[in-house]
Amino acid sequence: MRTLLSLGLLKGVIAGLAGTAVGMALTMVVRSALGYPAWQPDQVTLAGTLVGIPAYLAGVGAFSAWWGWVLGKGIEEPGGHHFWGWTRYFGADPNHKVIGIQYMATSLVVIAVAGIYQLIARLETSQPGLQFLSPDTYNSLMSLHGIMMLGAVLLGVSGMINYLVPLMIGARDMAFPRLNAFSYWITVPAVFLLLFALPAGGFDTGWTGYPPLSTKAPLGMQLMILAFYLVGWSSILGGVNFLATIMKMRAPGMGLFRMPIFVWTALATAFLQIVFTQFVGIAFLMVLLQRVLGLGFFDPAKGGNVLLFQHLFWLYSHPAVYIFVLPGLGVISEIVPVFSRKPLFGYRLVALSSFGIALQGAIVWGHHMFTAGIEEWLRIPFMVTTMLVAVPTGVKIFSWLATMWHGKISLDTPMLFALTAIAVFLVGGLTGIPNGIVPTDLYIHDTYWVVAHFHHTLFGGFVFPAMAAIYFWFPKVTGRLLNRGLGKLHWALMTVGFFVTYEPMFWLGLNGMRRRIADYDPALGLGPMNTVVSVAAYVIALSMLVFFVNLVASAWRGTRAPANPWRSRTLEWQLSSPPPEHNFPTPPQVLGSPYGFGIPGSVHAVVTPAGGAGEEKGGLGRVSSG
Amino acid sequence: MAAAAKTRGEDRVAIYRLGLWLFMGSESFLFLALLFSRFYLQGVQRPAELNQPLGLVISIVLLLSSLSAYRGETCAVYGDQAGFRRNILVTIGLGFLFLVGVGIEWSEGFHFFPPSTGFGTVFFTLTGFHAFHVLTGVLALAAVLVRGRKVQYGPGSYWAVEGAVKYWHFVDVAWVFIYPTLYLVS
Repeated sequence: MRTLLSLGLLKGVIAGLAGTAVGMALTMVVRSALGYPAWQPDQVTLAGTLVGIPAYLAGVGAFSAWWGWVLGKGIEEPGGHHFWGWTRYFGADPNHKVIGIQYMATSLVVIAVAGIYQLIARLETSQPGLQFLSPDTYNSLMSLHGIMMLGAVLLGVSGMINYLVPLMIGARDMAFPRLNAFSYWITVPAVFLLLFALPAGGFDTGWTGYPPLSTKAPLGMQLMILAFYLVGWSSILGGVNFLATIMKMRAPGMGLFRMPIFVWTALATAFLQIVFTQFVGIAFLMVLLQRVLGLGFFDPAKGGNVLLFQHLFWLYSHPAVYIFVLPGLGVISEIVPVFSRKPLFGYRLVALSSFGIALQGAIVWGHHMFTAGIEEWLRIPFMVTTMLVAVPTGVKIFSWLATMWHGKISLDTPMLFALTAIAVFLVGGLTGIPNGIVPTDLYIHDTYWVVAHFHHTLFGGFVFPAMAAIYFWFPKVTGRLLNRGLGKLHWALMTVGFFVTYEPMFWLGLNGMRRRIADYDPALGLGPMNTVVSVAAYVIALSMLVFFVNLVASAWRGTRAPANPWRSRTLEWQLSSPPPEHNFPTPPQVLGSPYGFGIPGSVHAVVTPAGGAGEEKGGLGRVSSG
Repeated sequence: MAAAAKTRGEDRVAIYRLGLWLFMGSESFLFLALLFSRFYLQGVQRPAELNQPLGLVISIVLLLSSLSAYRGETCAVYGDQAGFRRNILVTIGLGFLFLVGVGIEWSEGFHFFPPSTGFGTVFFTLTGFHAFHVLTGVLALAAVLVRGRKVQYGPGSYWAVEGAVKYWHFVDVAWVFIYPTLYLVS
């Protein structure tokens, strides 16, 4: 019981609920004192969250170190922290490995909930006609599926970067460990807000939340906006942290062009996060201000313009796609050389291509608005910039293919997922071309073609790579191997389920199936294909179930993992599994490329293992070639 | 653990400095978005009822506060605790004076161009966001002031003051862009 009460999460939830109640009560008192009716959902809940979230953070303990600092106490440098048992995962712990696991676990929970929402919604669309959902409920489920999945992807990206980057560059921790804990803990109320959004009436705008619909949608809209804002701030602060870590915390000898590709992609991701997240944050705050205080951003009668939202929204949300997929592409670049036993092909170009994608992705947002009435003369420039994204993305695809060419490929679970990811991402990229070309986009905009396209990019760029990453790094994180049989079953079910779910959607879209609708005309003859899609979606869900069983069972009873089961050469594998609390007791000396597989005499780094001279404890002291 | 940082060749202050610059860089995109919105929605029109003398006065007040902030930082660098305290207090005072000025402008604005009108929407949002940043800057300065009661700032240990003052300058520079955008263009 005392352990339970010491959990930061529990204290935070209690403080947060109390704070929310106080904030709501106070607003209602003020409102009735001013002669308004006490209950006004938007204002009262906004005030509640404005008080509740800081109260919650204080309860979790996210402020305590900073408060002590103001009062004149010293602040612990990273690495000065004393650790304890499982309870640390439920409080504000500054260790980057703990935070990485917290992010990843939260991400998987949100993915599960958001997946269930869409499984329900998919049942409704498997036949024409309205079966059991009202159109409003359908829209809420579909919208929440979208926004929660994107939130989960952001959390998963942060999780991977947090856990891996400090290890890969030979640092003890992130540059700002407490800020890191803070960034994680503000996402937890966001998850709660999203869970409350459905009981609070949901919202029917789709994940994009376009005004004017979003300025009139039920209370669920507002909870979604607040959640989005919190996750956005987590993303910005995380980006600051990642950039500072990569720029300043690298081990001696770790020049920029000796960094693993995953670190390069994290660098590009962090750049996108700190630059563009502000735009979507302000766009949604404008919606909030219009809802709560009656400002006129998107009301033409008050001098507003709804296109302002779309510009600001897509100025983030297109680059955001690259925030979602770049780390995933980095994971593929890590895994392919290891399982092909060959150096990564074209290392320098692949490293720079991440920045190419990031910069290119920043100037294409208008292609989301071809049908929205943007200025005619903007269409062609946006079409051209969109097409150019293919160049840096193509660099990556060809690098993976050339790396595998004549390699000694072993089809272990991580490699299988990476291969599916490459195939899926390729289809996602190619089917994006008709979306980016004005005349074809006018025809397929807002159809299932678009849905199929972006699910390809997100599955290929995040979901499959994230699964590959989990199978690849799980032994490092837990010290146990994931079950290989269950892993391959998961891969087979998910790959088949994915292709059968999403390839028919292209056909559906071309034949007139519009997105975001609960019902469609039976005369279109789209019923049978929709049934196929729904069944296959449940196969994906089944594969995820296998995955969750595998995670729990293997973490509990799995085979003990050696330090370096995949014979990789990056730094994290030269430590014990799981790695020591502060990673490297003395900084590793980096001498060469991380991908010199099969090159005689090639050395990535010299690592002094934990415990001084104990060669057996920390695994390989010197990485040999091969 | 400062020793551990030293053996790794980490310069903590350089890391903090980079982090602050990155954060301010990110924040500048927030103001960029707001400035863009002003021109996108309202073009360059502005109402004649804007209180021009008041706008000029609060701008001068905020610019002067950067001077005292800089003096405070310099005192901290040389270990002059009394001078540091005096100058930072003056800065906080000027910051509050600026906020009072914005408050007066707001109460007039509610009358002439309420937030539910086109110009009111951008005016109240821009000044509101900026005022919120001024408030956080005041809080940051107050935090280093409170910490200064226990900790002696001096050569080699003045990062906290430097950080808070840098942020104050950032808030000031943001106003240098906001003021002409709201008060001068036409």
